[in-house]
Amino acid sequence: MRPAGRRGPGGAGAGGGAGTETGGAHRSADGGANENTKRSTGTVNRLSAENVTLAYDQRVIAEKLSVEIPDNSFTVIVGPNACGKSTLLRALSRMLRPSEGRVLLDGQVIQSMPAKKVARTLGLLPQSSIAPDGITVGDLVGRGRYPHQGILRQWSAEDERIVQESMASTGVAELADRYVDELSGGQRQRVWIAMALAQQTPLLLLDEPTTYLDIQHQIDVLDLCAELHEEQGRTLVAVLHDLNHAARYATHLIALRGGEVIAEGAPKDVVTAELVERVFGLRCQVIDDPETGTPLVVPAARKARASAAAGVAEGA
Amino acid sequence: MKDPRTPGRPGASGTAEGSARAFHPRAVRTGGLSVRLDVRAATVVVLLLVAALAASVVLIGTGDFPISAGDVLATLTGNGNAGQEFIVTELRLPRVLVGLLVGASLGLGGALFQSISRNPLGSPDVLGLGQGATAGALVVIVLFSGSATAVTAGALAGGLVTGLGIYLLAWKRGVHGYRLVLVGIGVAAMLTAVNGYLITKADLVDAARAVVWMTGSLNGRDWTQVWPLLALCAVLVPLVLGKARGLRMLEMGDDVAYALGVRVERTRLLLMLAAVLLTAAATAAAGPVGFVALTAPQLARRLTRSPGPNLVPAMCMGATLLIVADWASQRAFGADQLPVGVVTGVLGGVYLLWLLVAERRAGRV
Amino acid sequence: MLVDSPPEQQRAETAPAPPSRRAIRALGLLAAVAVLVLVALASIAIGAKSLSVGEVWHGLFHASGTYGDAVVGDRLSRTLLGLLAGAALGLSGAVLQALTRNPLADPGLLGINAGASAAVVTAITFFGVTTLSGYVWFAFLGAAAVGALVYLLGGSRGATPVRLALAGTAISAALYGYLQAVMIMDNAALGKMRFWTVGSLSSATDRTIEQVLPFLVIGTVLALALARPLNAMAMGDDTARALGAHLNRTRALSMAAATLLCGAATAACGPIVFVGLMIPHVVRSFTGPDLRWILPYATVLSPVLLLGADVVGRMIVRPAELQVGIVTAILGGPVFIFLVRRRRTAQL
Repeated sequence: MRPAGRRGPGGAGAGGGAGTETGGAHRSADGGANENTKRSTGTVNRLSAENVTLAYDQRVIAEKLSVEIPDNSFTVIVGPNACGKSTLLRALSRMLRPSEGRVLLDGQVIQSMPAKKVARTLGLLPQSSIAPDGITVGDLVGRGRYPHQGILRQWSAEDERIVQESMASTGVAELADRYVDELSGGQRQRVWIAMALAQQTPLLLLDEPTTYLDIQHQIDVLDLCAELHEEQGRTLVAVLHDLNHAARYATHLIALRGGEVIAEGAPKDVVTAELVERVFGLRCQVIDDPETGTPLVVPAARKARASAAAGVAEGA
Repeated sequence: MKDPRTPGRPGASGTAEGSARAFHPRAVRTGGLSVRLDVRAATVVVLLLVAALAASVVLIGTGDFPISAGDVLATLTGNGNAGQEFIVTELRLPRVLVGLLVGASLGLGGALFQSISRNPLGSPDVLGLGQGATAGALVVIVLFSGSATAVTAGALAGGLVTGLGIYLLAWKRGVHGYRLVLVGIGVAAMLTAVNGYLITKADLVDAARAVVWMTGSLNGRDWTQVWPLLALCAVLVPLVLGKARGLRMLEMGDDVAYALGVRVERTRLLLMLAAVLLTAAATAAAGPVGFVALTAPQLARRLTRSPGPNLVPAMCMGATLLIVADWASQRAFGADQLPVGVVTGVLGGVYLLWLLVAERRAGRV
Repeated sequence: MLVDSPPEQQRAETAPAPPSRRAIRALGLLAAVAVLVLVALASIAIGAKSLSVGEVWHGLFHASGTYGDAVVGDRLSRTLLGLLAGAALGLSGAVLQALTRNPLADPGLLGINAGASAAVVTAITFFGVTTLSGYVWFAFLGAAAVGALVYLLGGSRGATPVRLALAGTAISAALYGYLQAVMIMDNAALGKMRFWTVGSLSSATDRTIEQVLPFLVIGTVLALALARPLNAMAMGDDTARALGAHLNRTRALSMAAATLLCGAATAACGPIVFVGLMIPHVVRSFTGPDLRWILPYATVLSPVLLLGADVVGRMIVRPAELQVGIVTAILGGPVFIFLVRRRRTAQL
């Protein structure tokens, strides 16, 4: 397990006092100056966030957060509710502009890049998406080709082929002529993933792709993600609720709490009983998954947790 | 949508030929170019255009001095007698052209607004643009007893100011469809009250003139109304159709559209501006003709059976609707007795009722 | 689409609020009543001739036929009508919004105003009715007929929020077309209708009040009794059914209550927009989604708005007056837009 050591000077652990905030402003100015030197080192990952402060209106979700997405990884972001994991994903996908700091894609500040160019490099499966009334599966998946098209290049043979491939690899090819509103939740999620695939981006971000699905479809979707990662070599970033799923499928895990990275690294280094308690406030055992050997979190029994809590209370 | 120039559903595995749901747009490709064509939508557009033109010819022939369709066509191609030529080209042709242009503008503006607000009721009449233009016109009629040209200018200014106001009031880190509709309804209610007040202030003659204007009418429209409207459409329609692909992406939610590389806010602002201009210009030319903007996109959508904003079909549908309604009002009540807005209002209501019954049977609403 | 239930309502409280909160709400309701009394007094005192507090007191309790007493008597019926109509409009708006689970629902959207207007123009043009007490019955019949029709077309048993709103919009469309056609062809009707359609309290008489009072009382009792079942319905049809609510009965009774209230108010003062739409929004922002609080608050605060608007209308263009319907719209519009902007869109 690697504690959050790679954050900028003064960033780790320091709260949100006024003093550190002015410090942050200086640092981000410095950060702007060394952008080129960073790019030239060549070891930098394609997607990263540097000292970003994320806020909706006045509500600050995370301050001076730095995250690197390792290339060719299946990175999963975990953490308790409202820890800022979806917010971080939104920032990484340029949906949310950081109030400080910056998100870099291929060494460039993501907001400064042309929208379609970003969309050809980085895809996103958001939580909220609307299937227009009366749209068929094939049509919806076809819309993923938008960033590759123009007025004079509306539907090339390549578009056709890629849409077919995307539908085939998500197992929705036989649904192509069905209406999206008629599908089950699991099928619909596959269709949206197929649309994101048709975008043909080397980086794909997924915001809670398994929410509202039953266990079989959850595993289905995650298997699909693993396949995309292993066989097509895409870099995947997903926000997941289920720590056990994350531990099983991720190659790189980022654990967030209260807008801070508590730990990151390979699942077997990161998922420990101590860390789960720190991040989720849950006492548990971590054992080896009998199927895969990855860490498996087993929450402590109710009585054990209750007596422990009582012990803490007495101690205090 | 599926106007023929925008990309459409991928021609997936060619299974269900002839079945209602599988109609595959063909892709027309030459070299590096490829254009999509939704056959059904294209057919609908062609049929609507034919219907609009046929209705126009009949409408030109209708009036106190009836002219047969053959004579109308002869006159239009320059082979008519002098008397007919005056009636056709000076009196009735401009009226029909204004009708076509107003209908098309309202249809397109309505389709844009409904798509942007993601709400089938989010049409310009519900959002207060019609009321804004009316307020502008009433100020001119009631407070200044202005000329017809002044009324047109007042309506245009009123519509534009209202559109701008609604956009600014609905702006809060972007314009959310639902907030847009609510703000629009608020503005519409205020303007309705202002209009009601202005009418109570007027003397009865001005009030009668104002009510006719508020209903929407094509009576007495001439070439001076045609040219500005035509110029505006010539600029705006290609612009809007060029942005139509982005609009289709917006239908899937802002996040998805962003992810696909659409500059969401810029696209939305541009399209709304175009929709406001189209609606305000149409309203200035013919008054706030009710329900064309609301029903044309919905009708077009049902004919093309295609998702998306259906911009071109909505435009053709709007033009056809308005011309047919004008013809119906002249046939039913005599020339220039009832303004066309009365007929579109009643037709629109009946259509919506039919829609409800039909949708209920299909179990969709 | 027209909005589904706001998440706020999905969280509707099933358990009673903690006592402290309840006490605050009860106190708030008392304060609202106090404000209402003040506004009502202002409505009696202020006008083309302003009266002192003493004169108002004299006119109310020791009337002896002085000029001031006559003015008080006149303004009293106007104020009473404002109280009744305001309460009715606010209550019917709150019930309709809960019923359709649509914060845009108001009597206008469901076609009730259009029904009343069309009936009144018919009365003037085709039946030669010229007095206000004559209109009242027509307006009421029109409102009731359209209310029933909207409910039937909206699918009676299978009514959904979207269907009800669409049916209301459709019927309004057709009726306004008719209304305009009549007004264009009959100038005499236009002459009367243009004053009726803006909504005003100025023509109120004791007779008008007597005519509409029974309907208002029945409607109010019915609406207040519906708070619980409507609370259950706010969480969606399935949840409501699971909680044991009678969906169809609740829908039919709600529609009846709303039609009675709004039809009677519209009949007496003409179509007044915004009170029914706005007050429930304002109330929800501090009571939360519980209709057991929303309905009483709406009953008290709506007349505050209506009477306040009437007083303002009498003050700003003295000695003439601005009709109350115009003032509520001009005052209400900005408040409404402010509310729309302030809240998170998801909660609307």
